[in-house]
Amino acid sequence: MATLKALRMRIASVKSTQKITSAMKMVAAAKLRRAQEQAEAARPYALRMGRMLGSLAASMTAGAGAPKLLAGTGADKVHLLVVATSDRGLCGGFNSTIVRLVRSDIRKLQAEGKTVKLLCVGRKGREQLRRDYANLIVGSIDELNRKRLSFADATRVSDKVLAMFDAGEFDVCAFYYARFKSAISQVPTRLQLVPFVPSEAPANDTGASYEYEPEEGEILAALLPRNLAVQVYGGLLENGASEQGARMSAMDSATRNAGDMIKKLTLNYNRSRQASITKELIEIISGAEAV
Amino acid sequence: MADKTKFELVAPERLLASLDVDMVVVPGTEGDFGVMAGHAPVISTLRIGTIDVWNGGTVTDRIFVAGGFAEASAERVTVLADEATRLADIDKAVVGKEIESLRAKLGAATEDGERRGIAARIEIATAKLAAV
Repeated sequence: MATLKALRMRIASVKSTQKITSAMKMVAAAKLRRAQEQAEAARPYALRMGRMLGSLAASMTAGAGAPKLLAGTGADKVHLLVVATSDRGLCGGFNSTIVRLVRSDIRKLQAEGKTVKLLCVGRKGREQLRRDYANLIVGSIDELNRKRLSFADATRVSDKVLAMFDAGEFDVCAFYYARFKSAISQVPTRLQLVPFVPSEAPANDTGASYEYEPEEGEILAALLPRNLAVQVYGGLLENGASEQGARMSAMDSATRNAGDMIKKLTLNYNRSRQASITKELIEIISGAEAV
Repeated sequence: MADKTKFELVAPERLLASLDVDMVVVPGTEGDFGVMAGHAPVISTLRIGTIDVWNGGTVTDRIFVAGGFAEASAERVTVLADEATRLADIDKAVVGKEIESLRAKLGAATEDGERRGIAARIEIATAKLAAV
């Protein structure tokens, strides 16, 4: 049986842990709201970009002149997986679920005899992937969203992807992130970046055929890299919101566990306190009787 | 001019404007063009320049854009801007300082890609200053 003093100290330490976790939960909730607003604000641009690109791609029916970003390199050998995770821990299984999806995809691709390359965005994912696949990691980008993720941050990622594509370092590129479903549910998702897959948005609502200025090819050449950046940006924003959501629920349950623990320890403490008082009383009484 | 066209200006980070206007003049790569209601469907790239919003025969709003795309159709104009600021919100002193610090960075940059990126930003900032 632990001494009374040890128990008292234990209770105090669990209490201060609980204070920290509940504060972190509060902070995560505030950040989550901000991240959600930001993701919301970025949606119109992505939506219109997708619509524009959809109508362009439809008119550019995979001819020989179609840019490689749209049509692909024609090969399917080297896959680049861009993995977005968080820079910080204490967010439950958030990073692990993304990494698990990536791992299973790596195994699948390798079993098919394909070459896999990894680009890690965020420190935690890199640390987890480094254990098994250190030789596959071709680059990593950290400390993106310290405060507020800006579009320029996303272009850092997309520029790197584009530079690698231009250098012919991969054929297919996929982006892994956690899609934000709700504060307690985040779904690890794979999004194909290269070659471009038009979203299944409702086809050209006006039905009109567009004139292009300059030509389709040129616009497409400008639009595709832009679209890649937009998709990465959207994914990173969702990822940020998911991270905060995951942290919030992880910290919530940590706070609850600490509460349970404090209750148990306090009960224990009171019991042993009473026991020692009773023992002392018996000693005094039996001492008095002996006289 | 009874007919209005719906004008939407979006930057990657937010929706900047969504209103009904008489005409918008957009700086296309191959020349400025005005869009009114009933315009033929066009998709165009933009150069660095200023969008003019016309209402009731006068310019009611001027917005600086650092390139992007525009989509015009009979009932709406959508501009996807890389970066957009209202001319009224541009502070000359701030932009001037930005140019200076960018120039300093350009001198220090060694990598080719980095230099090109900074040079492009200087160009945008200079155009912004000239637009005011």
